[in-house]
Amino acid sequence: MKDFWSNVEPIIYEGRIKVPYSWQAGETASYFLTQLRDQGKIWGKHCPRCAKVLLPPRKNCPFCFVDTDEWVEVSDEGVVEAFTLVREGTPIQPLKPPFAYAVIRLDGASTGFVHVLSGVEPDNIREGMRVKAVFSKDRKGSLLDIAYFKPARS
Amino acid sequence: MGKRVAIVGTGQTHHRSIRRDVNGQELIHEAVVRALQDAGLTIGDIDGVVIGNMDHFEGINYVDCWSIDGSGGYMKPTIKLTTGGTTGATLAVAGYHMVASGMFEKLLVIGWEKNSESDTTGAIITCTDPIIERQFVAGAISGLACEAQAYMHRYGATPRDAARVSVRDRRHACNNPYAQLRGEITVEDVLNSPRLADPLRLLDMCPRSDGACAVVFASEDVAEKIAPTPAWVLATANRHMYSDYTDVVEMSSLLSMVEASKELWKKLGVREPLKEVDVVELYQPYSWAGLMWIEDMGLCKKGEGPKLVWDGVTDMGGELPINPSGGVVATNPIGATGLIRCAEVVLQIQGKAGARQVPDVKLGVATGFGGNWWTDMLAFGKKKPD
Amino acid sequence: MERVAIVGIGQTRHQANRKEVNFQELVYEAVSLALRDAGIGIDGIDNVITTCNDFWDGRTISSMATGDVSGARGKNVSAVEGDGTFGAFYGLTRILSGAYGTTLVTAYSKGSESVPYLITNAAFDPIYMRSLGMDMVTACALQARRYMKRYGSSEEECALVAVKNRGNALANPNAHQGMKITVEDVMRSRRIADPLKLYDLSPISDGACCVILAREDRASKITNRPVWVKGVSFCADAYLLGDRDLSECRALEKAAQAAYKMAGVQNPRKEIDVAEVSEAFTYQELLWTEGLGFCEKGGGAKLIASGATAREGNIPVNPSGGLMGAHPVIAAGLIRIVEAARQVRGDAGDMQIQRKVQLALAHGVNGVCGQSHCVWILGRN
Repeated sequence: MKDFWSNVEPIIYEGRIKVPYSWQAGETASYFLTQLRDQGKIWGKHCPRCAKVLLPPRKNCPFCFVDTDEWVEVSDEGVVEAFTLVREGTPIQPLKPPFAYAVIRLDGASTGFVHVLSGVEPDNIREGMRVKAVFSKDRKGSLLDIAYFKPARS
Repeated sequence: MGKRVAIVGTGQTHHRSIRRDVNGQELIHEAVVRALQDAGLTIGDIDGVVIGNMDHFEGINYVDCWSIDGSGGYMKPTIKLTTGGTTGATLAVAGYHMVASGMFEKLLVIGWEKNSESDTTGAIITCTDPIIERQFVAGAISGLACEAQAYMHRYGATPRDAARVSVRDRRHACNNPYAQLRGEITVEDVLNSPRLADPLRLLDMCPRSDGACAVVFASEDVAEKIAPTPAWVLATANRHMYSDYTDVVEMSSLLSMVEASKELWKKLGVREPLKEVDVVELYQPYSWAGLMWIEDMGLCKKGEGPKLVWDGVTDMGGELPINPSGGVVATNPIGATGLIRCAEVVLQIQGKAGARQVPDVKLGVATGFGGNWWTDMLAFGKKKPD
Repeated sequence: MERVAIVGIGQTRHQANRKEVNFQELVYEAVSLALRDAGIGIDGIDNVITTCNDFWDGRTISSMATGDVSGARGKNVSAVEGDGTFGAFYGLTRILSGAYGTTLVTAYSKGSESVPYLITNAAFDPIYMRSLGMDMVTACALQARRYMKRYGSSEEECALVAVKNRGNALANPNAHQGMKITVEDVMRSRRIADPLKLYDLSPISDGACCVILAREDRASKITNRPVWVKGVSFCADAYLLGDRDLSECRALEKAAQAAYKMAGVQNPRKEIDVAEVSEAFTYQELLWTEGLGFCEKGGGAKLIASGATAREGNIPVNPSGGLMGAHPVIAAGLIRIVEAARQVRGDAGDMQIQRKVQLALAHGVNGVCGQSHCVWILGRN
């Protein structure tokens, strides 16, 4: 059997799965995204049971499993809780390395918001630093209507 | 040995061709909330979550992890199963074993799909082997059309016979507030509807839907405290006979249904299913299956399906109503569809089926079907098994 | 819990690229090996569970392609999508339910056929996260840094995992990448996303694995060295990365506690003789040893630095080389079960730890940044 393989040319068949998607955001995420697009505002949603302000907003609280109630405007500024500096990129990333992914606790939100950091020297990125959202000029109602977060002027 | 297991609560969304108001998680959440309400339980009562859908319809990987917000699986054991179209029934079989094993006492099982989010045929085509046959299989419709052709050729059934099945199910769906397509059609409507792939026409085929279904499985230790009429799982059986479409040797018969049903009837001690079963929710993705697969299931001899259907045996009021819910040609959120078949049988046993209630259901059978000619079957009963 | 044992195990020689087989043939290899190990034919198998992932396989319903090669024809078969430890769990319940006497479980992945960053990027929510272009590596880098910062663990301490496990893999005939490296080698390797460098990552492999489970009465007929399932549990944490503290693994803690309780284990550090954990990245072994209760929170670095988790140590972790040695994605956890079972049986060859193994632990992960964990406790008696 070993000899059989040595005479065979291995065929590699290249292919791609190209299924187009149109994900419905639902009412809750739609409000969040249109507010990003039209008002440059960031909104979280409040859980009546645990009083967390969920960001990104959810229709129900994942922890309590009850419907969230009030919309709560959340600041466009907050604290970096965790980050990683990307040095080797992939084609699907929104920025070219070096840039950072970060979990950001925006003022007023109870959960972390994952986004990207840019406009900052890599060596100057620290946990605990304050950052501020930079909105894209060309907003479409998507997460990247915030282009990135940069250091906030204190 | 194992515990006896029953379904004590069900919930499903009102299925639509597109639900723009909710994303996938929120759709799941709706069904879960309804199931918990039906069972009179809270999420805190639930020991674990089993969830499934057909991945490429939403393009989300690790759905068991992704769906936590909506499924209620936060800090609970959560696991995913997927077998394509058969998923819903596969999930129910898993729910049964996991509770019967004693590992869970109250288990939430969820099937869902947001078919509107993708190109259905484009996604289905990816199920085929890329080397052997992906270039030749044009989605679900072509495979089923071949099956219908083989059946017509061998047994002389006609498109008119198949159309009568669609007419039955669409009429039944009018009694089902959850069904997507709730408007009666005639045999002529079916025969005049746009041609898809001979002999299939548009009204022979199932739609694609956004929908979710959730059920609560409970062990015998608690089932009767939770539900006044638990629907006991009496038996399950499944087969999957082929890997690739090109493997199929005889298309006029669904071999996996033949084998699975033999096993199911044997386990139940049923000799004449037509007489002994009270209701069947058949995973019938297109009309012709309603002729062929009832034969393969043993309700009648091969080739006699059309007669059974034309005689009204499978209509509401007939000897063995099939698809009182309207079945798959009225509603098809794929990952949920097989589970909806189970939920509908449960509602029948519990007497909660409203306008679509079949009188005095003691034994009901739900089936699941999917790629590649996969059949799952579950039997539910009113009486607690010995 | 009724007594169920592992009576047959099999795995392929994991490699970067098994050009000469497709994934079905890979599974068939593992299944054949497991049947041979058990000394039974396919007719001795009552039902089959396959573990697949449509994205890694590049096919929707990939489970429909693995039934035949797993010997499912004419049998009841089902499919789990997730890590192999989860598939094995379902396989176990199919016996405990009273339905079947034996279950054959397979898990596999042909990582060489796919583009990992696209596949793992698909795990991110399409509305709230996907456009950020994150994948498993960048997300875990985020977790690594958060974990290390919280407890003051250094990159050098994490590197010890790569050194230990890649070194251990040299003794593993099935491993994809056994190599003798130093902490300096790891520190000098290419920086991908801080703090992860190339050698902090496990290599994605092509591989398949198969485990045969049997109820006690069947097990006693099949083998004289059954490996008993003493406890098993799994648990999933919140989904969005910002919803949880990435420096913790509460889901693993919960799963481990439940598994220990089932197995009657009160002091895992003393009672678990050997552990096979799923460390896709070096920091994960530190974090998982904490979650498993082998040390206090934040003590993972100290534990490995002390030598306790070396093969000769008193709580050997990944004597097989773990995921650093071979990482066929979906199969990873099932392979941990196989390696743990070999330790219990005493036939782990050069990987065998010195102490007689009474209890072994196997661990699998599903989702991003260890969101969902499954823990198995296996025993000699």
